[in-house]
Amino acid sequence: MSYGVKLILLFVGAVFVNNFVLMRFLGLCPYLGVSKQTDSAVGMGMAVIFVMFLASVFTWLIYRFVLIPLDLTWMRTIFFILVIASLVQTVEIVMQKSMPGLYKSLGIYLPLITTNCAVLGLTVLNIDKSYDFVESLVHSVGAGVGFTLALVLMAGLRERMEVGNVPKAMRGLPIAFVTAGLMSIAFLGFAGLIPG
Amino acid sequence: MSAFKELTKGFFKENPVFVLALGLCPTLAVTSLVEKGIGMGLAATFVLVCSNVLIALIRKMVPKKIRIPIFIVIIATFVVIVELVMKAYLPPLSEALGIFIPLIVVNCIILGRAEAFAQNHSVGKSFLDGLGMGLGFTIALVIISSIREIIGFGTFLGLPVFGEGYQPATILILQPGAFLTIGFLLGFFAWRRNRKKNKTMPDVEALRAQREKMTQVTREAA
Repeated sequence: MSYGVKLILLFVGAVFVNNFVLMRFLGLCPYLGVSKQTDSAVGMGMAVIFVMFLASVFTWLIYRFVLIPLDLTWMRTIFFILVIASLVQTVEIVMQKSMPGLYKSLGIYLPLITTNCAVLGLTVLNIDKSYDFVESLVHSVGAGVGFTLALVLMAGLRERMEVGNVPKAMRGLPIAFVTAGLMSIAFLGFAGLIPG
Repeated sequence: MSAFKELTKGFFKENPVFVLALGLCPTLAVTSLVEKGIGMGLAATFVLVCSNVLIALIRKMVPKKIRIPIFIVIIATFVVIVELVMKAYLPPLSEALGIFIPLIVVNCIILGRAEAFAQNHSVGKSFLDGLGMGLGFTIALVIISSIREIIGFGTFLGLPVFGEGYQPATILILQPGAFLTIGFLLGFFAWRRNRKKNKTMPDVEALRAQREKMTQVTREAA
């Protein structure tokens, strides 16, 4: 298999087969918290793609060129969470100063992302699966797109559920989980998409 | 509040998963087998107790403005300890839980308890709170994983529950089963809460007004 094909499969796999939310259970808090309206779902998705990409770049470089030479690989959890937290802060400040338009639409979602386990999970997965630099980047974008896809689909469903006659006890989170379960069944169907 | 209540409030009344709906990612990801549920629950309990105690110890020295990064570093340190110990002594469990061990760092229960409890309570109380919440989390994981393992595999902790003819419903140990199980469990707990509230407070109008207000608040927040 050529390198290019491998990258394409990696991307498709991250979006559909190993969808971060529905198959790996990462990033459920924003998935259930920000999926009430399609607009905010799209905004959150974009912010997550952006942060995931940057986090992958930085954590991969730090792991390869700082932690491995210093033999500190067991410290990666502490390092990665600090990198992500400071990255989100920096992005917020830079965006506020230089891109006020973008900040207005994405800004409110940025602080939420620090504690989003999808971002830390992605960076740890990149290392665990020993992806090289390009593979890590492709994987990060795929993961972000998959997250956005699941989020936007869910928001569309929940907008309609608002008018549905849901039993009182199931309103809110419970019915959202059952819906996610049904979506997850649908995503199981993608399992054969990737050979091996 | 008495010490005993401080400990037991996390079991059911303020259960972190079923009532507060915190820490959902690990709850769904590690509950396909009861062993994994117990392992994850105890690992999180250890981190929660240690971080609660340490944060309560240094609570007067921590400047308010940078408390969150400090809490995160403390939590991450204990997570690394758990990670290394588990890798050394329980390699199969460590492999089964995979990336969800390092992800204890971002488990909202732990940071939530640090922020909501440990930073303004005494060491003793914070210890009990951490232990109670951790055990509450473990109880929730055991309940969910028991349902999934018994129906999805026909076993409990690896021991067969039903006779030989049982056809396991595999869907419950796959990913969708996690979502469905927790969805219906949350619904069940909400139903029980509603019923209790109705018994003590028969004023339905007040409840309805509250419901309206909450919906409005959440809509505005979204």
